[in-house]
Amino acid sequence: MYSTKYHKPASIADATAALTAGEDATILAGGQTLLATMKQHLASPSDLVDIRAIDGLSDISADGNVLTIGAAATHTAVASSAVVRDVCPALADLASGIGDPAVRNVGTIGGSVANNDPAADYPAAMLALGATIVTNTREITADDFFEGLFSTALEDGEIITAVKITAPAKAAYAKFPQPASLFALVGVFVADGAGGVRVAVTGAGEDGVFRQGAMESALGANWSAGALDGVAASQDGLMSDMHGAADYRAHLIAVMAKRAVSAA
Amino acid sequence: MTTVNMTVNGKAVSGNIPDNTLLSEFLRENLRLTGTHIGCDTSQCGACVVHINGMPVKSCSTLAVSLDGAEVLTIEGLTKGGKDAELHPMQVAFNDNHGLQCGFCTPGMIMTGIDMVKRYKAEGKDLTSDAIRAELEGNICRCTGYHNIVKSIEDAATKM
Repeated sequence: MYSTKYHKPASIADATAALTAGEDATILAGGQTLLATMKQHLASPSDLVDIRAIDGLSDISADGNVLTIGAAATHTAVASSAVVRDVCPALADLASGIGDPAVRNVGTIGGSVANNDPAADYPAAMLALGATIVTNTREITADDFFEGLFSTALEDGEIITAVKITAPAKAAYAKFPQPASLFALVGVFVADGAGGVRVAVTGAGEDGVFRQGAMESALGANWSAGALDGVAASQDGLMSDMHGAADYRAHLIAVMAKRAVSAA
Repeated sequence: MTTVNMTVNGKAVSGNIPDNTLLSEFLRENLRLTGTHIGCDTSQCGACVVHINGMPVKSCSTLAVSLDGAEVLTIEGLTKGGKDAELHPMQVAFNDNHGLQCGFCTPGMIMTGIDMVKRYKAEGKDLTSDAIRAELEGNICRCTGYHNIVKSIEDAATKM
């Protein structure tokens, strides 16, 4: 790992100042991806701004049916939160299946969402639940937030502070993990929420997480696994790699979607 | 360089270290606690698992400077009083059940095993062999085929 300068600001203002002052500064939220990337010299930030000591940034709370999860909340915190379990159990289940226990103790929801790995779990939940990504300057809908492979609507120096989710009537996530990395080979999050029925797919798309319109229509008319019979996922725009070809991933999308609907 | 202070195995330690020092490096190179192993260095294998503030963490994927004020427990901290000291029940169980062959993954297996037993007990959940296998998702062993590791943890759970 190349040398870097570590900062641990106590406030968003101090974090912003450190991000602006650094030549090529980046945010450290858990580092379970970032540090591995730095070791491989795929990233070499001049400064690391650790946001985990900022007051309130790890808080999880609910106001009626709106859940707010601080950006620095770990996957373990989300998985074991009674509040998350109450408002959106599907999200707690998803968090309990990310990586392995030691990784979940450190990795954070804000880090995962900001990184927008095309095989990460959280982006599927954010998109399917119609979540709002709250930053230090604005609120961004999940539809506008995830722009493509590892790319998001975040501006330079912008810090995710929380995500907000409105409780869905029904939701579930089904993942087919790539057994070595434990990332999703295909993961499908289905939700029947305020914005209607949404189906979001991770692990499969060349441009990262995406919504599966045909399945949304079918489930909107009839919320059942059987409604997805014959609704084939297109191979267009799906990834092909050593772990699975596009046609295999397309098949898995249908299988995982049915499993998720049955579990919801 | 940054000065970091933490408690490792009950002892206050400090170091003036480069900011990019991993906890695994700090433990092994600065403190000479070489029981924490570096297997893959990519957060996959779990040989480097230590407890930070009571939670298992991969020390190869954590910056030492981020842990100012933290309590760290490594494999060396499980016994107290030198080489004739009594082993931790998890260590005894790995010995009794032949839960290791080359032993490289063992420190991580034991730190992970202790956490899962404590956590399941605290939550009142049954630590079945299936649950142990799922909990070992982040710990890789290339020798044993895991059977005796699972048996060791099951055995230790009855004694912890």
